[in-house]
Amino acid sequence: MDFKLSKKVEELAPSGIRAFFDLVLGMKDVISLGVGEPDFVTPWNIREKAIYSLEQGYTSYTSNKGMVELRKHISVFLKKRHGIEYDPEEEILITVGVSEALDLAMRAIINPKDKVIIPDPSYVAYAADVDLAYGIPVRVATDIKHGFKLNPRVIDDAAKKGAKALLLNYPSNPTGASYSRKELEEIAKVIKKREMIIITDEVYDELTYDFEHTAFPRLKGMKEHVIYLNGFSKAYAMTGFRVGYACGPRKAISAMTKIHQYTMLCVPITAQMAASEALKNGFKSVQEMKREYKRRREYIVGALNEMGLPCHTPEGAFYVFPSIESTKESSGEFAKNLLLSQKVAVVPGTAFGKDYDGYVRIAYASSYDNLKEAAARIKKYLEKK
Amino acid sequence: MDEILEILSKDARITPEEIARLTKKDANDVKKAIKSYEKDGTIVKYKAIVNQDMIKDSKEWVRALIEVSITPQKDVGFENIAERIYNFPEVSSCYLVSGTYDLLVVVEGDSLHTVSSFISSKLAPMQNVRSTATHFLLKKYKEDGHIFKKSPQGKRLNISY
Repeated sequence: MDFKLSKKVEELAPSGIRAFFDLVLGMKDVISLGVGEPDFVTPWNIREKAIYSLEQGYTSYTSNKGMVELRKHISVFLKKRHGIEYDPEEEILITVGVSEALDLAMRAIINPKDKVIIPDPSYVAYAADVDLAYGIPVRVATDIKHGFKLNPRVIDDAAKKGAKALLLNYPSNPTGASYSRKELEEIAKVIKKREMIIITDEVYDELTYDFEHTAFPRLKGMKEHVIYLNGFSKAYAMTGFRVGYACGPRKAISAMTKIHQYTMLCVPITAQMAASEALKNGFKSVQEMKREYKRRREYIVGALNEMGLPCHTPEGAFYVFPSIESTKESSGEFAKNLLLSQKVAVVPGTAFGKDYDGYVRIAYASSYDNLKEAAARIKKYLEKK
Repeated sequence: MDEILEILSKDARITPEEIARLTKKDANDVKKAIKSYEKDGTIVKYKAIVNQDMIKDSKEWVRALIEVSITPQKDVGFENIAERIYNFPEVSSCYLVSGTYDLLVVVEGDSLHTVSSFISSKLAPMQNVRSTATHFLLKKYKEDGHIFKKSPQGKRLNISY
């Protein structure tokens, strides 16, 4: 039988570096700087809470929006930590990671051919999510010279051409770039002027090293424009629990909840229990992990620049995005050759946008000893060339 | 806690140059700070945490936690008697504690016999020691923040976005 698939899915571009990923996954004893998640295990009090909830028999569905207790915790936390106010009843939705929230947001706001601006290099799911919602991703480039930051003028130009929304991730995967409050205010001006929607993915917010992170809805007049996404994966090292949340105007959250209730029903209760505990008693662990990441950042940025792979100092997350142009290799070749000859894995820049063949993403979510060894091997690789 | 101390508490072998790099400080300043910590006794010493169970040729290693009740002395309280106890090389740790007894004394030796004879011949008969209760240590699970059970590594996928 001819198994006829959806045209949309058939046309969806597969990730160009799947083969490279398969190669890495098939190799042993690799030092991997290619992992997009914390190397810490979820703090014990959070894991223990998940176990305890199972023992207590919490194995049922929860409200579609997520457990009230968790939504209340999030509301209080956001007020205290970021000075933003969301009503737990109507303006907060618990999702399966930020990934689901992002998909819901796209489906909730996009009509066919609506344009959504995505600053490149960008996380792989962004353009695909817009595309799957029958929208048009408008990918705009940022460069190393400007610290991979989006110029507000570029948003304005795209808005003039009809862009409806901007999807902004800060601190960014894959560059680690983030924005000061002043820089965000410049972006907010354009959003206001052009009456745009902005979706912010702030899942790396707790890993901001050089200044205080400003949540976008905190900016004057912005709350009605923003769908704010955050989650527990990065700050609390809870990637496998898959818990995120979306906050926004009642209308937006209600639309997203509609899709969520038909597709996901609710987030697993065990994970929601764990997330509650994370907000109640997890903050000390977050601060400890952050201090550790910051030290690793100082080390890896210094080491890469010294060995001739220039990189911008990332303000947050646990990624650096060095230029490998001096090697004259494409990012795919560089990653593959480095893996085969030195057993160090990095992710080719093209995974995050077609213009980034001269870059690789290095994740420093790896122990200091691993980073030291990996840096020595990369240096050896460069010297042999 | 100062960042230098925090880093050294986790890994005493790390060099001042590396600490300087991790903290964006000047290497000479780090060296000076460490010297001063060593001098004023903030940094007491550098040592490895050894898992005795892993040493194949080691003799039996015995550790006992002893609850010691003491009659305090006029003016000096517990100080003199504590000093008499902790000066014995068999005593590896000694703490004054609140609760139903006064001193928690950790004694180590290479056999059950050595440890018990130290208790019966030296510690228990000591003047002002009213009573002792000895707990021989059967298994070490965690010490100084270090868990001895080897946790399986590498549960993450080797590569992901």
